[in-house]
Amino acid sequence: MSYRFGHMLGIEPLSAGEITFLLDQSKPFQEIQRHPLKKLATLRGKTVALAFFEPSTRTRISFSTAASRLGADQMNLQAESSSLKKGESLLDTVRTLDAMKPDCIVMRHSSSGAPDFVARNLALPVINAGDGTHEHPTQALLDALTIRDRRGTLEGLNVTILGDILHSRVARSNIHLLTKFGCRITLCGPAMWIPRELEFLGGAKTSIRRVTRIEDALVDADVVLTLRVQQERLHEPMIPLDEYILQFQLTPERMRLAKPDALVLHPGPIVRGLEIDPAVADGPQSCVLEQVTNGLAVRMALLFLMTGSGADAPPEKDSSHAAD
Amino acid sequence: MLLISNGRVLDPASGTDAPRDILLDGDRIAAVAPHGQLASPAVGAEVFDATNLIVAPGFIDLHCHLREPGGESSETIETGTRAAVRGGFAAVCPMPNTRPVNDNVSVTRAIIERAAQVSPVRVWPIGAASIGSKGESLSEIAAMKQAGIVGVSDDGKPIANAKLLRQVMDYCRALDLPVIDHCEDSSLFAGAVMREGKQSVRLGLRGMPAATESLAVARDVQVGELTNCRLHIAHLSARASLELVRSAKAKGLPVTCEVTPHHFTLTDEDVRYDTRYKMNPPLASREDRDALIAGLADGTVDAIATDHAPHEPALKDVEFDRAPFGVTGFETALGLGLELVHAGKLSLMRLVELFTSGPARVLGMKRTIAENEPGDLTIFSTEHNWTFLANESASKSRNSPFDGRTFRGAPMATIVAGRIAYKR
Amino acid sequence: MQIVEKAQLMTATEIDRTVQRLAHEIVEKSGGTANLALIGVRRRGVPLANRIAQAMRGIDGVDVPVGTLDITLYRDDLSKVAAQPILQSSDIPFTVDDKDLVLVDDVLYTGRTIRAAMNGLFDLGRPKRVRLCVLIDRGHRELPVEASFIGRTVQTSDTEIIEVRLKEIDQEERVVLVERVS
Repeated sequence: MSYRFGHMLGIEPLSAGEITFLLDQSKPFQEIQRHPLKKLATLRGKTVALAFFEPSTRTRISFSTAASRLGADQMNLQAESSSLKKGESLLDTVRTLDAMKPDCIVMRHSSSGAPDFVARNLALPVINAGDGTHEHPTQALLDALTIRDRRGTLEGLNVTILGDILHSRVARSNIHLLTKFGCRITLCGPAMWIPRELEFLGGAKTSIRRVTRIEDALVDADVVLTLRVQQERLHEPMIPLDEYILQFQLTPERMRLAKPDALVLHPGPIVRGLEIDPAVADGPQSCVLEQVTNGLAVRMALLFLMTGSGADAPPEKDSSHAAD
Repeated sequence: MLLISNGRVLDPASGTDAPRDILLDGDRIAAVAPHGQLASPAVGAEVFDATNLIVAPGFIDLHCHLREPGGESSETIETGTRAAVRGGFAAVCPMPNTRPVNDNVSVTRAIIERAAQVSPVRVWPIGAASIGSKGESLSEIAAMKQAGIVGVSDDGKPIANAKLLRQVMDYCRALDLPVIDHCEDSSLFAGAVMREGKQSVRLGLRGMPAATESLAVARDVQVGELTNCRLHIAHLSARASLELVRSAKAKGLPVTCEVTPHHFTLTDEDVRYDTRYKMNPPLASREDRDALIAGLADGTVDAIATDHAPHEPALKDVEFDRAPFGVTGFETALGLGLELVHAGKLSLMRLVELFTSGPARVLGMKRTIAENEPGDLTIFSTEHNWTFLANESASKSRNSPFDGRTFRGAPMATIVAGRIAYKR
Repeated sequence: MQIVEKAQLMTATEIDRTVQRLAHEIVEKSGGTANLALIGVRRRGVPLANRIAQAMRGIDGVDVPVGTLDITLYRDDLSKVAAQPILQSSDIPFTVDDKDLVLVDDVLYTGRTIRAAMNGLFDLGRPKRVRLCVLIDRGHRELPVEASFIGRTVQTSDTEIIEVRLKEIDQEERVVLVERVS
């Protein structure tokens, strides 16, 4: 069963079938990372616009590499660029990019809903590389691929997410995705950042609970997803870092409460000694590097699926079967 | 002379619900009589056949933004009032957050003079409570009253602190002016763009709890009690605020409040990322909305006010976070009110009261259909089907969440000072 | 759009005999099977490659590794594909460097599939030699590609299609000539 994606704005509207399809389609791209020659000509002649209105190194490099390895050309917009400083509106900026006819736009923005806004105003496929505190769909997909590869399944796992959930788009996308596969989600962090409304994400039959003690959160966990601690905070007093470390740092002792084969994931960048102890970050349960490799595969798959084929075409000549 | 013939007159002040003929002469109502029974025949009068239509006193909008001076790209006195008259309003009260702020006589006079030139409806400005609405010192309220303001407010913002509010209220009590407050706790409001709740968490948008409004309402009611000044709560949106108003009224305090049509129609669940659903106070929860409707029906709410807040497309066509707060509302107010009537949640007489004698009372006036009263009437149909298209609005701006909505019932004519100012 | 069967070209027995013959031919013409490997081009090249390897085992116990190659990412006509192509993984569990490779596919037609397959192979390394083995060569080449091992050569017209049906995929065993009729 094959699916088409007009935009990739978030995980919330996707079905479990569509997500499984995306993960399956990422596998050939995982494999390509092992080739000595990692370059394809599949998207030759296509252009991917990378519009990062919020500074980002890892995600931008990942998408950029994904596009390059598929043979696509790139248009690069970075937050520091002068037109944005001159007060040009988001709409004008993307319309200018659109006038140069890219085949899709990958966008990161500090306002929740900005990719939705762009998708409503342009006839161009939009991939959300992170919008405000709303969603970061490719992160959740690469996390899911990592979990599935290591555990063999996404179904019914106990997943603990640690940190500032309220302000985390990574947490939201992961909650949406994993609940579609019947995972039981435990959210743990400072009380003001795990509001009750988080329990309503993901719809009726989902199992989401909130706890404030990390020990309660880690018992029997299959997967522990550690969020980074955002020290840049507008409109919010920050809790003292020592408080955070005392209550919520993921240490080897605390990890013993989880299942022995539990996985530790982190979206990066990691601050060893803050949200996570170095021994855990670099230990055998840590999947951080696989996450990065899988991120490349997932993003290549998405770029391929969203820009790789055309809508109206005559029947293929080379197919040896009429019905293929 | 103008004869309004055979309309069903609904006049809350006198309790009249009956077929009547109304004769207008000059800018006044000259005579009112049961249909066909006018004492002196109206020879040579223009006749408006109001058969099957409701005839009410001219609607008053206590709260709107005309943007002139300073914001003419979004609206002018001319375009705003044209939208108002199409909405059935005979009088509107523009808020002082213009540029410059209406905190002195020159600005007040400029607004009133401009309105006299171009406005089909009466324009009764609200003056700023503090200079520049900065919340530091009182503006020249007495002088502005002489120039024509009918109330004071720092709308757009709350009146900054309890001490200033007390001074303003003491001062205004002596001048017999109502103090209108946009109730909002600044610290809870900071950075928020919608109501805090399941939807804000889902969308990843910063939210403000209902307490943002009700904390300020509680403050205002208590300061009001100290001063015994007339206090009017602008655009009330939360059940908690409504309950505070209810208990203040029960204590006999001179507290009134208004609700906007978008607050009694929509909820925070309607917010996605469309900036036409972004306003302040934000769309609230279902419980709040239902409580507001109950308050409209049981008299706790005194008036429906539109808070018509136009913003040109360039300002609103941005990411949700960056868009200014505000939606237009003149032309859809009656249609939305009639939705409540058609759904059996509100009586038609009560709806008319919320548009007429209710707001009049807040301003310390009387509005009724009787001999010698001002010749302001709103004539409307409860059945006429029509669709509101923002593109065709008389306002310069398009920011309405009701674009494309079909209504059952519409304003058919607006009579201002004895003349037909608008006819559908 | 209908598909009409015009003729049966090979029966199950004929397919099997041809596979056996091809296996022998490859072994014979490879001057040593130490470095030999088969690469089945998805989809139907895969069961064919497996069968040829199986047949080779019957010849002096020659054991030749088999890999599978999905060429979707290497096609030159993706923008003309209407349906969303479903990617399959390639699985080549041996190094390609210095290997004597034989690509196996069911039908050789324009040659574009084989060009794409070669692109895929060369991304993996540098084979010593690449030859092509096909069950049917139906002519109409658009690129300079030739097969070294051919089961059968068939003359066809543009509107005709040759369908190789193999039990692993199609639940039947035969080769038919069909035509698209609108």
